[in-house]
Amino acid sequence: MDWQTLAAQLFPQGHDIVEQDCFLSGTAQVNGTSVTVIGTTGHVAAGIEIVLAQAQAVLQTVRSHPQRPIVILVDTQGQRLRHRDEMLGINSYMAHLGKCIDLARHHGHKIIGLVYDQALSGGFITSGLMADACYALPEATIRVMGLPAMARITKVPEATLAELAKTNPVFAPGPANYLCMGGIEAIWEGDLATQLAQAIAATEPIDRRSNLGLVRGGRKLAQCVIEAVLSDGHVRAA
Amino acid sequence: MSSYFESTARDRVLGLLDAATFTEFLPPSERITSPHLPQLNAPVSFDDGIVIGQGLLQQQLVFIAAQEGGFMGGSVGEVHGAKLVGLLKRAVREHAHAVLLMLESGGVRLHEANAGLIAVSEVMRAVLEVRAAGIPVVVLIGGSNGCFGGMGIVARCANAIVMSEEGRLAMSGPEVIETANGVEEFDSRDRALVWRTTGGKHRYLLSDCDIVVADDIGTFRQAAFDAIQTCYDHEIKLTLAALETEQRMLQQRIDRYGTLSEPMDIWDQLGVPDPANVPILETEAFIHMASQHRLGEK
Repeated sequence: MDWQTLAAQLFPQGHDIVEQDCFLSGTAQVNGTSVTVIGTTGHVAAGIEIVLAQAQAVLQTVRSHPQRPIVILVDTQGQRLRHRDEMLGINSYMAHLGKCIDLARHHGHKIIGLVYDQALSGGFITSGLMADACYALPEATIRVMGLPAMARITKVPEATLAELAKTNPVFAPGPANYLCMGGIEAIWEGDLATQLAQAIAATEPIDRRSNLGLVRGGRKLAQCVIEAVLSDGHVRAA
Repeated sequence: MSSYFESTARDRVLGLLDAATFTEFLPPSERITSPHLPQLNAPVSFDDGIVIGQGLLQQQLVFIAAQEGGFMGGSVGEVHGAKLVGLLKRAVREHAHAVLLMLESGGVRLHEANAGLIAVSEVMRAVLEVRAAGIPVVVLIGGSNGCFGGMGIVARCANAIVMSEEGRLAMSGPEVIETANGVEEFDSRDRALVWRTTGGKHRYLLSDCDIVVADDIGTFRQAAFDAIQTCYDHEIKLTLAALETEQRMLQQRIDRYGTLSEPMDIWDQLGVPDPANVPILETEAFIHMASQHRLGEK
């Protein structure tokens, strides 16, 4: 879905989002109140400029609009794979965006992520995955990397990975698998505006993903391990 | 002298803390292994490649984690990541004086891709919760695998980073960039270029790390202690003012050096005398020179 169609469905009460070099920013109305919208489009590679532009918009919201909710629209092919970005410290830019979102959270801003097209590794981890809760459209693509590349690096035949991916959400791309593992709060179908308004109203500034992964059966060990560390206990497999 | 580079994760922890003060959480005897690796016929490790626990550093209670580069490159899988998150949460609950993260990692463990990605994101948030509780987080980097991928991001969420010259800090590894965009984009076999781009000296000159130390565990120990002390002289949690300063600093970096393609050209613009000589400078001489020229606004 292109971002204009998405924005029209998410914000029927109006928005002034603009696109500049694949960077989306603006404000929108949700249930009669203003929200800040940031994001990316065109499967853009998350290079240092566009990451910093998103951080700027978050800081501007924290400075000028206390408590205003922030909606992050995700469509990225992942971090830009260039020597120049690495030389300039792209990990610092990514961390900066993540820290800005976390600052907003601690200043009382509710933060919702939405993967409406592609979400890949580096571009996703400091945007949508830093929100209070991240949602996805059913047709979205979410992954660390494709199965062919994964097969090459892990030296496991692609056919084996493809077979395992049918039963184990850990290998296969797609929002349903991330839902199962707790990384995605819910998949939105139908009336997007109502679901966004409900998500903003319901969100809390705590990270519940490991618990969701346990309850939904996609990550059976993470929450148990965390609790065992906290209690000096033993891990019992769920 | 005891090389940090050559040591295992467990030896680094023992060397960093006061003698006989380390208590490990979920030690290898608990045999908490990855539930995903056996399906790929890959070996497991009884600590899933990370040592976590508590101990004393100069009589102060610190919580500590060390990634073992010898097991799958220190990569983050479901259990590995959850151990780290548990440690960070426990540090908050028990009012630790500081958290020390000895990072050596290629990032997300691809054998557990989706779980690893979510885990790294949980680690990021947990690190920032530690800081929000007023507890400083100090990252140490000096292992042979460097600190890459999501862990390169986690490192820059900490209050301070201590690196050795041999340490490397970045996001995508040179091999990944070469595979994606060709050898002319980044020749991963050009070790000198890889070092100039990701190594401790370059990161120090850019102010992406706070101090460069020689490859010695005792030196890392002293630097970690000093870094914690320095953290307590500043605001430990994230602040709007500090992030606005970082925003300006990162923007300046693009404005001034965004069109360059060789790290030595950045050093030259910083006013470093004889950039070509930087790689062979001894640590002490390097710090003496570089502290006058490195990017200031931090």
